[in-house]
Amino acid sequence: MNTIIFRTVAPYLTALMVVFSVFILLRGHNDPGGGFIGGLIAASAFAIYGIANGVAPVRRALYFHPITLAGFGLFLAACAGLPSILAGVPFLTGLWVFPTVFGVELALSTPLFFDIGVYFVVVGSITAIALGLEDRMEN
Amino acid sequence: MAGASSGHVDPTGILVEANLHLADYIIVAPVVVPVLFGALLLMLRGKTRWHGQIAILAMALLALSTGLLLQRVSAEGPVTMTMGRWLPPFGISFSVDIAGALLAFVSSLIALTGAVYAASTTTTLERRYGFYPFFMLMMAGVSGAFLTGDIFNLYVWFEVLLISSFGMIVLGSEQRQLDGTMKYAFLNLVATTLFLIATGLLYGLLGTLNMADIWQKLNASGDPGSAARAGPVTTIAILYLLAFSMKAAAFPLNFWLPASYHTPKFLVSALFAGLLTKVGVYSLLRVLLMLFAQERLVLADTIAWVAAFTMLAGVFGALAQSEIRRILGYLVISGIGTMMAGLAVGSLTAITGLMVYAVHSMIVMTALYLAAGIMARLSQTSSLSASGGLYAASPWLAAAFLILAFSVSGLPPTSGFWGKFVLVRASVESGAWWLAFVILLSGLLTTIAIFRVWIFAFWRGGPQDTPDGAEAWKVEPLEKAYRQGAFLALGALVLLTLAIGLMPEALLSTSADAARGLLYPGDYIGSVFGGGQ
Amino acid sequence: MEVYLAILVGIFFTVSIYLLLSKYVIRVLLGVAVLGNAVNLLIFTAGRLTREVPPIIPAGLQVPVDPTANPLPQALILTAIVISFSFFAFLLVLGYRSFQDLHTDDTDSMRFAEPVDEPAPPRGY
Repeated sequence: MNTIIFRTVAPYLTALMVVFSVFILLRGHNDPGGGFIGGLIAASAFAIYGIANGVAPVRRALYFHPITLAGFGLFLAACAGLPSILAGVPFLTGLWVFPTVFGVELALSTPLFFDIGVYFVVVGSITAIALGLEDRMEN
Repeated sequence: MAGASSGHVDPTGILVEANLHLADYIIVAPVVVPVLFGALLLMLRGKTRWHGQIAILAMALLALSTGLLLQRVSAEGPVTMTMGRWLPPFGISFSVDIAGALLAFVSSLIALTGAVYAASTTTTLERRYGFYPFFMLMMAGVSGAFLTGDIFNLYVWFEVLLISSFGMIVLGSEQRQLDGTMKYAFLNLVATTLFLIATGLLYGLLGTLNMADIWQKLNASGDPGSAARAGPVTTIAILYLLAFSMKAAAFPLNFWLPASYHTPKFLVSALFAGLLTKVGVYSLLRVLLMLFAQERLVLADTIAWVAAFTMLAGVFGALAQSEIRRILGYLVISGIGTMMAGLAVGSLTAITGLMVYAVHSMIVMTALYLAAGIMARLSQTSSLSASGGLYAASPWLAAAFLILAFSVSGLPPTSGFWGKFVLVRASVESGAWWLAFVILLSGLLTTIAIFRVWIFAFWRGGPQDTPDGAEAWKVEPLEKAYRQGAFLALGALVLLTLAIGLMPEALLSTSADAARGLLYPGDYIGSVFGGGQ
Repeated sequence: MEVYLAILVGIFFTVSIYLLLSKYVIRVLLGVAVLGNAVNLLIFTAGRLTREVPPIIPAGLQVPVDPTANPLPQALILTAIVISFSFFAFLLVLGYRSFQDLHTDDTDSMRFAEPVDEPAPPRGY
């Protein structure tokens, strides 16, 4: 697997896949996509980078431990239900605001933050499993 | 995009209209609090210094919220909150009645004492590996399972607590832990898969997953389809019985429990014994007793036989073991059998006894495992032949274990007496003399099994072959922090079982209300579909 | 269509149960994977099959005009897939780790938690 072609291409491929995963995450509310599938794409990006260049560079590049990322995602997803307390509606109700930034109407909502949370949970946990298995294969 | 442009869709009739108050969020708080704290501790995995204190805070908040919830449900009757404003049966609802709130409250108390015990006994390595996040997420799963009103959501909470329990049981990765986890994981996987199969078939049959809606559809009078689907419904009920019995470790599907519960660290065994099998029993109550009331009558004889064999298999297993934790594992099974006896009889008195016994069993089994943890720490072994002389080492521990031994055997003045008393009375009232006899017989054999532990580990002067009357066996002294935390947790549980034993009125009346709510779920259904929320 | 899928579900269950009954962990793992798919297919079939009509409400309407495919089983299956995926990942790591530490794949010789030659409990002292 560790050919020079693969090692050269891997960083670009990884960057491309991570950008694509964010795109998939953001288009997910009304079109096919979303946090789960986006997270899977990002996690496979890190797994590819790990196969090409070893596990240690991936861990360095991520800076945070994958499990920490998963924890952050879970926290964000759980917090996405809390604004409904202020609005007086049941837990996890979707709440929307439409601020206009630079003349463009943005649709921000609690489901979006929930989805970002899911994204991080999936990225974190799948990357942790993938890196753990790759670690064992290297040894 | 949705939102501004979709203003012409009329939401009345599909969305919850009523405004909620802050106090209503108490319904989801028992799930949200542990999830938030679990996520927080996952993020702080590198900084383990304050994990113990944060966990105690989280579990105290959990106990507070479940306590308030129980108080509210007792005062006002069942309450419901439907996630995301979609009206039931389309939205996932959390419907809390007294049975769910009572068990959630007791489990949060157990978790609080577990957190206190953990704060002084977990090593830094265990914290780094993620003991506390797993613990918090398991509690979220347990609370969610007790509070949810949607059967697929119940499956999801089962999986949440199961995945977290996998993480906890394998923590440390010793050889026997890997072996134990293997059995625990595969058998529980099969059990939850059976649960999922039954749920899929039920959805295919009724087209709904909301428990209140299922109850209405199954019990609708004059429905022409009800005769045609009697067979499939009974099959689904049997699948549920199989799945939850496996989860609760009832005979003949109990073998995973004694193969795994003695392998992890003592606190993990204690939490599992106190909480996880009881979630299985609760699900049996909720699904088989409440939803499939007619089918339970058909299955009553089978459940009675399963209960009798579970009780006996448990106590005979306990008598045959020589390791303390394995004895306790079999006693957990025997306790499950006693509860299943209540389910088999199914009268109001029997379900009351079942609830009392479930509360008692949660408290006492946790306490016994914690006591076994302190014993193992003192004598550096859990083997019955190699223990001894612990009375001289720690009279308080000996006293606590003695009270717990009374309690688990069902002798007064402890909580175990009342549970068995009500269950035996219910069995006799309904004419099931033999079931009452088996309950009493298993109580007698439990007495022998547990007092043998007490006599060997505490009463005699030292391990096997130490001459009687010899000087006290030298044991490892406990560090101060360990001693304080462990004895605080153990003492609280022992006092709780004594308090219930001496003043059972509150628990008995709450359990009777819980049983009434399960047998006549009119208010439960009303809280889901009627009036607002 | 439901009948054919029901037969397929039956075949899946047969295969998975046969594999689950094996004493080798790796076969049991494969059985678990097939079992998860069998259950997903079962839920899918139980939700009734409607082809080529996505459950989307046209703009300006309150309810869809024609009967559409049932979206709920798909949501249930997605949840079940995620869960069985994480289960499978855990069991795979566990199996691999056990093979490394216990040096066996055969559950008959995995007797670490419950040793074969346990002494009988003491009868008296």
